[in-house]
Amino acid sequence: MGRYMFKRIGQAVVVLLLVSIFAYLLTYMIPGDPVYAMLGGDITQEQYDIAYEAMHLDQPIVLRYFHWLMNFVTGNWGDSYRYSQPVAALLGARLPVTMYLGIWSIIISTIIGIILGVLCGTHRGKLLDSILITCANFGAVMPAFWLAVLGMYIFALKLGILPTHGFVLPTENLAESVRTTVLPLIALSVGSIGGTTRQMRSGMLDVIRQDYIRTARSKGLTERAVTWKHAFRNAVLPVVTLTGMSFRNIVAGAISIEQIFAIGGMGSLMINSILSKDVAVVQACIMLTAIVVTISNLVVDIAYGVIDPRIRVE
Amino acid sequence: MDHYYEVSDLRVTFAGDSGRSVAVEDVSFYVEPGEVVCFVGESGSGKSVTQLAALQLLPVPPASIESGKVLLSGENLMQYKAQSATMRAIRGGEIGMIFQEPMTSLNPTKQIGLQITESAMLHLKLGRREAEEKAVDLLRQVGIPDPESRLRDYPHQFSGGMRQRIMIAIAMASDPKIIVADEPTTALDVTTQAQILELLTDLAKKNNIALILITHNLGIVARYAERIYVMYAGNVVESGGSMDIFARPHHPYTRGLIKAVPRLDLGEHRLIPIDGLPPSPGVRQPGCQFANRCPYAVDACRSKPSLDLIEGIHYCACHRKGEDFDLLESKDTEESHKTTEGLGEVLLSVKDLKVTYPIRKGLLNRKVGDLTILDGISFHIRRGETLGLVGESGCGKTTAARGILKLIEGTTGEVWLNGKEILSVPEKEFRPTRKNIQMIFQDPFSSLDPRVNVEDLVGEPLIIHHLVSGKEEYHQRVDELLRLVGLDPSLKDRVAHEFSGGQRQRVGIARALAADPDVIICDEPISALDVSIQAQIINLLEDLQEKMHLTYLFIAHDLAVVKHISHRVAVMYLGNIVEISDSEELYAHARHPYTKALLNAIPIPDPRVELEREHEMLRGEVPSVLMRPKGCCFAERCPFASEQCRQQKPVLQFDEKGHGTACWQIRQECGK
Repeated sequence: MGRYMFKRIGQAVVVLLLVSIFAYLLTYMIPGDPVYAMLGGDITQEQYDIAYEAMHLDQPIVLRYFHWLMNFVTGNWGDSYRYSQPVAALLGARLPVTMYLGIWSIIISTIIGIILGVLCGTHRGKLLDSILITCANFGAVMPAFWLAVLGMYIFALKLGILPTHGFVLPTENLAESVRTTVLPLIALSVGSIGGTTRQMRSGMLDVIRQDYIRTARSKGLTERAVTWKHAFRNAVLPVVTLTGMSFRNIVAGAISIEQIFAIGGMGSLMINSILSKDVAVVQACIMLTAIVVTISNLVVDIAYGVIDPRIRVE
Repeated sequence: MDHYYEVSDLRVTFAGDSGRSVAVEDVSFYVEPGEVVCFVGESGSGKSVTQLAALQLLPVPPASIESGKVLLSGENLMQYKAQSATMRAIRGGEIGMIFQEPMTSLNPTKQIGLQITESAMLHLKLGRREAEEKAVDLLRQVGIPDPESRLRDYPHQFSGGMRQRIMIAIAMASDPKIIVADEPTTALDVTTQAQILELLTDLAKKNNIALILITHNLGIVARYAERIYVMYAGNVVESGGSMDIFARPHHPYTRGLIKAVPRLDLGEHRLIPIDGLPPSPGVRQPGCQFANRCPYAVDACRSKPSLDLIEGIHYCACHRKGEDFDLLESKDTEESHKTTEGLGEVLLSVKDLKVTYPIRKGLLNRKVGDLTILDGISFHIRRGETLGLVGESGCGKTTAARGILKLIEGTTGEVWLNGKEILSVPEKEFRPTRKNIQMIFQDPFSSLDPRVNVEDLVGEPLIIHHLVSGKEEYHQRVDELLRLVGLDPSLKDRVAHEFSGGQRQRVGIARALAADPDVIICDEPISALDVSIQAQIINLLEDLQEKMHLTYLFIAHDLAVVKHISHRVAVMYLGNIVEISDSEELYAHARHPYTKALLNAIPIPDPRVELEREHEMLRGEVPSVLMRPKGCCFAERCPFASEQCRQQKPVLQFDEKGHGTACWQIRQECGK
């Protein structure tokens, strides 16, 4: 297990370095002067010269990249010209909001999806299975923004029991936080509940046909014991992969939802920065997204090793 | 008469596309404690379904138990629901099961200790500590070394044979009165098969357990069974004592089955296959199900025969009498002798063929060494000859075939075909010669393209190698080839899945013949087929050889089959040929300890012969190629191994009869 993890971490570092190269090159892919790309066009010659020096533009590109990388690693992510503040501070305020919503959405959709999937798998062909799988398919194809708008219309505008927009972290005001989180969370989760349910169902159906399930049944175990003690662990593996991949969608999913509910998170920040060519912010967003995804992949790999002993030996 | 466990008039149907099909039709049987009872039959005969249905282990739906009683100590189990507490206490508690596939029958994500204790805790109400003690004891009994420390291991850390031992431990964990073993050794090698079956029957005798053994292998039946039920198309067609049935088989199917299997202890004889196709589930005819394949069928066979008493406990379901068949069958079995005299020149010659795989490690997959799969084998085949290459899984026999065909990287040595060295020839130049060496594959289900019709499957080599000049000749040649292998040319527009296994193998043979090759390599060509069909294919290969003067390299794990079909036989172990000689000579005067052990492990389908044979068991398992012994590849398991054997690799030493043996001890007489 130790060697297995060591290898995975090594691979993750390589991937992150590759991403950092592309993120860095972004500065030079934007048409025009890299200094203007970083600071915007509205600067004096003096500011230009300082920036020229600070960006080491007199040095070869490999060296410049290393300077940038070292700065990034040490937390010096540059300044956003649009918001006129350090990128680190900007993201420090935005990232927790997106992560808070995203992680809750993943937890909720994974747990509910697994339970519904197991129910479907063990009631194959029965009415319950048909109803649940129809709902799951419906959920999986319904766009999140549409759900968000629908939820807002019913619960905020018509019934008036939930706020239409805004977001409060639980550390500030728990009750208000829950009220503002409910609608975005539902909109974010329904799709992945549908996906997880379908994956878990097909996993269960696949495992239930295996020889070792027949062995378990031939021992005289109850069907409940067969399902949870023998089938579940084998069937849940594909769901772990799916959950790992949904981390990538945290930022992507947040983009529309944060716009609709006017939540100041990473998603809205990234869109605005891309549109206004705020390169420093975009670079940091790319890197942070890559780091989150890489870490979640690492966790998935480790979880795989824990669940399936065959993976540990390679 | 009350029996301990008795099933009567069990009828099981399955829901299918075309209505319900009968899988088990009014089957009755019984077992007593301490008895070994065998159910024998081909695939689709309903032998497994009968047992699963009796334990209510079949998925309902699509299966449905229409009628029948299952009595355990006089109590009818059919009154309980499949999931009821009583039924669960009996299933796994009173009656344990062992399944065919040890590789997939254990849960890969659970420690084997847990899988064994689970049953003991459930049925014997033991605590975890006591259950673990019991598991350790059971593992010791089934021959797992160092059981305390292996309790926490997972199934993938054990070999196939070891997993089947664990399966036995699981079945034994609840102290059952009956064990149902469904083809427990079909997926295992012969020497492992012998170990497992000895173990299983020993344990059953010791604990007074009734053992129900389901198998298609008549040898196993002859060696272990006390009573036999022969099943065909969902019916028991014959039942009785093992001795009686083998000595005086009544039912034409039983008689056919016994004659269709090649036997190690008999000289050259032609197999007599059962004509026609095995029954396909769902297709039933009125009357006797065997009538359409039966050479003795009469008008009366249109009504269903009842299972009638013949004598003692011997029952048979046939309208005619066994004695009638004795008169009908010609007494003189065709004696055919395979002599190596009169064979042509050497056609294929292999010298020091080696195959190695690179071992790669680390982040960058650097090559750190070589893994030797084939450790330098040499042999030659003359025109018109069949050389059998026999050995257990992993011995390198298939690798040898692929090496000869230049289909794998890392092959060194020399392969001479028709006087030309082919291994060193670049693929581009070799391609026109490729037609001279063809292959028949093991799995007739996956080795034929499912989307191409039979005409094109068979005819493809004709086009690739420009062997026909026009459409007309192409069609003619394909028809000719199909007729040659016993297929009706009018079927040539069909695709592979419309044929049965045996027919598909015929297509494979026709395809190999199309290129008019010098040598045909047959890689386990019959191991995926049913017993009655195996004989058909063996006979076809023999007939074609005679007619067309073909040369075969016949690769198989079944010594009896290899002996039957080959002029000469080479025995392989761990990438080496350990013994090679004329086939009769090899079986009569085997010298290498491994060959002897292999011969010993194969049960002969005749209980009288089996009774007199010594069942000496080869210890241990085939080592991994990763841990190849330094000296003789067999040294670790050989009872006669000396220091020399462990240090130096022996080479084949030939005597004047051309009988070669690679063993240091041979000159000093190893055993008798």
